[in-house]
Amino acid sequence: MGTIFLIAILIFGFLIVFQIAKANEYVSVLKGEKKAFEQNNRINGFMMIVFLVLGLVGVYWCNELFRGKILGEAASDHGEKIDDMLYITLAITGVVFVATQILLFWFSFRYQYSEKRKPFYYPHNNKLEVIWTVIPAIFLTVLVGFGLYYWFKITGAPPKDALEVEITGRQFSWIGRYPGKDHIYGKKNFRNIDDDNNNNRLGLIWEDKASQDDIVVSGSDIYLIKGKPVHITINSRDVIHDVGLAHFRMKMDAVPGTPTTMWFTPKYTSAEMKEMTGNPDFEYEISCDQMCGTSHFSMKGVIHVVTNSEFILWMAKQQSNYAQMNANKQGAQPAAPAKDSTQKATAASATIKSTSN
Amino acid sequence: MSNEAYIPGQHEVVTTHEIHHDEHHVHHHHETFITKYVFSQDHKMICKQFLITGIIWAILGASMSVLFRLQLGYPDSTFPFLEDILGKWAKGGKIQPEFYYALVTMHGTVLVFFVLTGGLSGTFANFLIPLQLGARDMASPFLNMLSYWFFFMASVTMISSLFISTGPASGGWTSYPPLSALGQASQGSNAGMDFWIVSMALFVVSSLLGGLNYISTILNLRTKGMSMTRMPLTIWALFFTAILGVLSFPVLLSGLILLLFDRHMGTSFYLSDIFIASSQTALANEGGSPILYQHLFWFLGHPEVYIIILPAMGLVSEVMSVNARKPIFGYMAMVGSLFAITILAFLVWAHHMFVTGLNPFLGSVFVLLTLLIAVPSAIKVFNWLTTLWRGNIRFTPAMLFAIGFVSMFISGGLTGIWLGNSALDIHLHDTYFVVAHFHIVMGVSAFFGMFAGIYHWYPKMYGRYLNNTMAYIHFWITLIGAYLIFWPMHYEGLAGMPRRYLDYSNWASFNQFGGLNRFITIVAMIVFAIQLLFVFNFFYSIFKGRRVVTQNPWGATTLEWTTPIRPGHGNWVGEIPEVHRWPYDYAKDGREYIPQTEPIGANEKIH
Repeated sequence: MGTIFLIAILIFGFLIVFQIAKANEYVSVLKGEKKAFEQNNRINGFMMIVFLVLGLVGVYWCNELFRGKILGEAASDHGEKIDDMLYITLAITGVVFVATQILLFWFSFRYQYSEKRKPFYYPHNNKLEVIWTVIPAIFLTVLVGFGLYYWFKITGAPPKDALEVEITGRQFSWIGRYPGKDHIYGKKNFRNIDDDNNNNRLGLIWEDKASQDDIVVSGSDIYLIKGKPVHITINSRDVIHDVGLAHFRMKMDAVPGTPTTMWFTPKYTSAEMKEMTGNPDFEYEISCDQMCGTSHFSMKGVIHVVTNSEFILWMAKQQSNYAQMNANKQGAQPAAPAKDSTQKATAASATIKSTSN
Repeated sequence: MSNEAYIPGQHEVVTTHEIHHDEHHVHHHHETFITKYVFSQDHKMICKQFLITGIIWAILGASMSVLFRLQLGYPDSTFPFLEDILGKWAKGGKIQPEFYYALVTMHGTVLVFFVLTGGLSGTFANFLIPLQLGARDMASPFLNMLSYWFFFMASVTMISSLFISTGPASGGWTSYPPLSALGQASQGSNAGMDFWIVSMALFVVSSLLGGLNYISTILNLRTKGMSMTRMPLTIWALFFTAILGVLSFPVLLSGLILLLFDRHMGTSFYLSDIFIASSQTALANEGGSPILYQHLFWFLGHPEVYIIILPAMGLVSEVMSVNARKPIFGYMAMVGSLFAITILAFLVWAHHMFVTGLNPFLGSVFVLLTLLIAVPSAIKVFNWLTTLWRGNIRFTPAMLFAIGFVSMFISGGLTGIWLGNSALDIHLHDTYFVVAHFHIVMGVSAFFGMFAGIYHWYPKMYGRYLNNTMAYIHFWITLIGAYLIFWPMHYEGLAGMPRRYLDYSNWASFNQFGGLNRFITIVAMIVFAIQLLFVFNFFYSIFKGRRVVTQNPWGATTLEWTTPIRPGHGNWVGEIPEVHRWPYDYAKDGREYIPQTEPIGANEKIH
């Protein structure tokens, strides 16, 4: 019923607009085309300036409205750099935006048709053109400079003592892995994957000793340490996903067959963020940022940033995947050997005993 | 084609069809309905075919966006009428996730390729190249006709895919494998994806036939005196567009063919290490790289956005100069910047891939090249602004859209500087910031350019005017609405809100924007309704619009306005006019405008 009503209103609205439009055309014929044109031109010229003023006010107002809902403080050191970059870029592009929009609509208004005005024959001016080639080039060089400076800092090698975590995407959840006591990720092969009872969600190769102490956790149970750099290796079991960490300002695709990495240092624990944001539901969410299928929109993981001691406590409670599996199926035989499909597991040690914190 | 000197008394040019010269090229050989309206080889009719097909596509593509905006704005509500229209795809009045993604995918594909490439280039390249260059038709009218009919077949294929039981392709308009390669991973990657690939292949053929034709026409069929530097900027823009298309579309096709192989022939170009959870099976494929597809795709995909925006730039330059009644500022700089954009368009594709694990050094090279594009873009904007400066501006509907184009291009172009910088892209990649950016800079801008073109050349196409009042309403509501829809999306993106989600209510980080999403949905529906008003105006005016009575209603200098009001096949009755000057002699020597056909006066200085 409501739909029919809506459609009726729509059609009715169309009819009215159409009638007005037709009437206007007749009126303009009666008034004489020139007079009608001049009148329309004045109205549109006036609208130009109205649009400019309301538009700029609107931009300001929109900014005020959403100020509290965006960004917040970056929760990682890299996030800070990205925010700095963002403000530098905003400053430069913001000035250009306001200046050019004002010129555009002001010129439109100011130089609208008048019988008296003689337009100015001004086909080119090389000096002007050189100026506005060079000036943007200078500003862009500045932006490229800052951008690459931060880019190389962010994508550079992680510190040696970084905590090692692996995050693997699958349709439609995340799986975390810690290398265990030996600080070496065990080898894995996708043909070994066995989702029954979470026996071997990552396809670890049990013949590899390094696999046997690897701890595999659900994507909503990934723990990181405040103030300690974390080096995340990212993988996918099926299609391309993307580990999106809005609060840390980090993001990296999860590509099947090709491990990717990112690293950063969390600045605040989850509890601190709950307080800082005033949001008791706050969580460091992992959002999948690469279209991955039907439930892409609900592919969520959660990162818990805790203090070092809390982390040690949590880690102590974790059982390795190998032990879990053996407990599950009581004397399970090791899976058939298979070719290693992972890149060399990184040797950089993730140390939970580190005292650097 | 005769290029003999012909000095037209410009103001007394014959406007009727009565006078026939016995030249072999002059029209009015016997035409049936089929040869005139269906398998026409007249570039003007082919232009109209592209335009009207494009309009139908635009309505379809935009109504898809209304459907998924409904879901985004009201994720908790049900709309029973949706089930009536869409059946199982909207069970219980709620759009199903599979279908949501199908809608998003189709919306992107349709608007990027079928409307803003086929509909925009197809329309204006066909219409303006022969008319503004002084040619009787395209270099090969037959290939030109084929170009449209391949486009038509591509359209039919794409539309049919909407009716497949597993649904149309739903992996996003970029169709990244493995998602697009595996039917087990996504419903839409079954038959729907094959239809999508076949349709795109047909589209590429259409685009190549068209593009080669445009290039050869521009290079070979210019009338006497029409040197390259006397061509209107529209033609320059369409020329570079065609070059971009010819060089980049084949790469897309190759990427799609490999995808087809991976789908059906067991190859592993893009596939490796894949385990399908639903059936608990590991696929046999090893050694492929899904990133390869992204390189091939974006090698077209990025030039593609310039294929969309360059024609709009050309149309806007022309419309702006005519209606500001003064020459376009810096003609050579405009041509140069189009050229620079064309070259750079091929060198920036990997900026779509900063977070795919791309080597950071390689990324840095692409940052530099990407931000370089801002320089020619800035030149163009400043030149447009200077064109307006001290003009005598007539706000025809076309001019309004041209001004709106520049405003949108500035807004969307500047956010490109954000996204092109890899450090910022880490945070903003695949968020609503990107959605806002490309909708403003290539969606809305290109549409504004297209509208400017349609309003400006409609009198030449149909011999009638569009209704002005409806045009003004159309412009102002579209301009305001477009900003209201896309401006706030930047803020959502800054908060990291990912695109391609159909419901944010379960996310503590993104659910603060529920009210905003509702607002955007409402505005989107209003703006959509106003586009229907334009469509109505378009079709109504074909039959009932005010008739054009003067040969050159806008007082323009270019050649298309020297043809009869309703030109027949062959365009000019008698000889083709000769050109003596550049196309932007407005306000020169105290004269309002000097047509290109007028010889340079004895004491006149060339610009």
